[in-house]
Amino acid sequence: MNELLKQLTEAVGVSGDEKEIRRLIRDLIADQVAEWRVDALGNLIARKPGTGESSLRVLVDAHMDEVGLMITDVDSNGTLQFETVGGFDDRALLGKVVQVGPKKLPGVIGARPVHLLKPNQRREIVKVEAMRIDIGAKNKDEAAGKVKIGDRAAFVTDYEELADTAVGKAFDNRAGCAALIELLRSEPYPFDLYASFTVQEEVGLRGAQVVAYDIAPDAALILECTPAYDLPNEKDVSPNVALGRGPSIYVMDAGTIQDPRLVSHITRTAAAEQIPFQIRQPGGGGTNTAAIQKTGPGVPAATIAVPGRYAHTPTMMISLTDYHNVVKLADAALRRLTPDLLQH
Amino acid sequence: MDIVPLLKRLTETASPSGYETAVAEVIREQWQPLVDEISLDRVGSLIALKRGQGEEPANGRRPRLLLAAHMDEIGLMVHQLVAHPDEDGYGFLRLSNLGGVDTRHLYGQLVTVHASGAEPRQLTGVIGALPGHLQPEARRSKPYGYEDLVVDVGLPYRQLQTLVAVGDVISFRQPLRELLNGRVSGKALDNRASVAAVTVCLDYLQGRRHSWDLLAVATAQEETALLGGFTSGHAQRPDAAIAIDVTFAKGPGTNDAVSFELDGGPALGLGPNIHPGMLQGLRDAAAALEMKVNTDPHSRHSGTDAYALQVARAGIPTAVVSIPLRYMHTMVETVVAGDIERVGRLLGEFTARLETDFMEKLTAGMMDDE
Repeated sequence: MNELLKQLTEAVGVSGDEKEIRRLIRDLIADQVAEWRVDALGNLIARKPGTGESSLRVLVDAHMDEVGLMITDVDSNGTLQFETVGGFDDRALLGKVVQVGPKKLPGVIGARPVHLLKPNQRREIVKVEAMRIDIGAKNKDEAAGKVKIGDRAAFVTDYEELADTAVGKAFDNRAGCAALIELLRSEPYPFDLYASFTVQEEVGLRGAQVVAYDIAPDAALILECTPAYDLPNEKDVSPNVALGRGPSIYVMDAGTIQDPRLVSHITRTAAAEQIPFQIRQPGGGGTNTAAIQKTGPGVPAATIAVPGRYAHTPTMMISLTDYHNVVKLADAALRRLTPDLLQH
Repeated sequence: MDIVPLLKRLTETASPSGYETAVAEVIREQWQPLVDEISLDRVGSLIALKRGQGEEPANGRRPRLLLAAHMDEIGLMVHQLVAHPDEDGYGFLRLSNLGGVDTRHLYGQLVTVHASGAEPRQLTGVIGALPGHLQPEARRSKPYGYEDLVVDVGLPYRQLQTLVAVGDVISFRQPLRELLNGRVSGKALDNRASVAAVTVCLDYLQGRRHSWDLLAVATAQEETALLGGFTSGHAQRPDAAIAIDVTFAKGPGTNDAVSFELDGGPALGLGPNIHPGMLQGLRDAAAALEMKVNTDPHSRHSGTDAYALQVARAGIPTAVVSIPLRYMHTMVETVVAGDIERVGRLLGEFTARLETDFMEKLTAGMMDDE
């Protein structure tokens, strides 16, 4: 059992309320780094001293927030109204268990029973505005005593390993956080390594923007979990990345052209180290690269990601081999990173 | 009796319709010390007999009351094995429903695949689908259906092929969780809540004499065919029968005229499946217990084993007693332990109050002046 992935995915940290996951990661890295601090937005920033061979300033980033829900009102009958934090398919919410607020009060999201629906209603998506979280409260006063407006709610899933795959919530992006923690635990790099576990990626790459300004790195590597759509389809319009085929390397997405020098450095490293990899099809989506690369005078940045199926559901799935190869590839790419690579 | 731990064991045991062996064993363990005889019948219903006490009737045959609580749960079945992108890739399972599954709740759920291969295994799986932007346009604005959904057990196709066959059963996986106010939420509370209520009834009768024989039956395959209702009604020759099931509780999305407050007490069925004399007997028992009960009108099919029991053999006077439940046929069904306890006591009191001439009175009552 990968204890790191288990601890990180089972912890809660909905965008804007990342205290629990921040404290957990701090506990996991404190002995591995020379210093750590928390910035104005709640980003956790750490420095792992290098051997001094290289004067590069290198930032490795993984966002630690996850998508979730925010309580917006309490009904007279004690059920909770909510909005989504981050991108959701409304269809992913019915029939789910959530943990509400800092006390992790269990709640469930049900719906009108199918027996009572007219045939046309069965073909309608229940909109999030019509859903309620049921914590078992009898009335408004009781619920209001247990839950505050603004409390976050997150999915509840016990981490589980199947064969080569693992199931859990929030692999996006605790898989990236775990990989970054593994880098912090490895032998020193030629340069000081700055690690950022950033907040609010899921609501607009907010945390990464200020970290990049603060650290002003010469180069940045972003560790992510990217959606894999390798499922049976009538027509493979977008094959995208697939589980088990190795780390997914971004080239271009909705927000960035990843730095071509770094992309080719990463693919050459993978080839030299015989680490499998896959280039993520150019297209939609985005990572903290979009925020980091346009900070200050600009930062060369690239992304290596663990492919994950069923993003933004309680039951994501990743390949553990892919995950280990992301750690290996990121580690090797950093060790081979020299200032001349960043010249034009 | 501690109801929540019992419910936890009952609901977390996977036993979709037709595959009730596992939960039958759990129930047998609970009922065995409380009854005189217990066995599985030929379709897989669990039949327990608690003999009546006191003087034998002149004809040598004690009247028999049958309590039917179905023990099966809704689930899924493997419809097809699919390889992606080819047979060297991962394997996925297409699905069929087993009982009245609400497909709107399936995406993102954990399941257990009961793989029937050479070495039967239980595989953890998740229900996934391609996201909206990769769905055919006509389906993007609809809930995910069986044409969209797959079970993913994270295994290569070739390995999956050796483990899983078309027709293998899939059960939902959701631990029972305690909410506030004694409310509990989980899967299969329809109808393990009623199995728990019958357990409470048997426990209640340890301290009460009853002259009728009591048949406690955990019926099989209610969700698909009312099978155990039909067959136990035939084979056990009951004189009267009560189906115990769940009914719609008020809650989010449900505030219909015919829906009931959680913790509001038993809902007593009224309608064509229910003999008015049986209903009156239940009301009398509730009055004796000073227990509040509600009337649950079923204008046609009660949606319970009573529909089958009523027409077994030459006809059986039946009643329906229900436990209010939110979010029926989902993995977050919600009930209150207090309602289960009340239904159990009510059934026990009804049984204890049955006199040997109850059936004669019941029949005579059909021609009485109002």
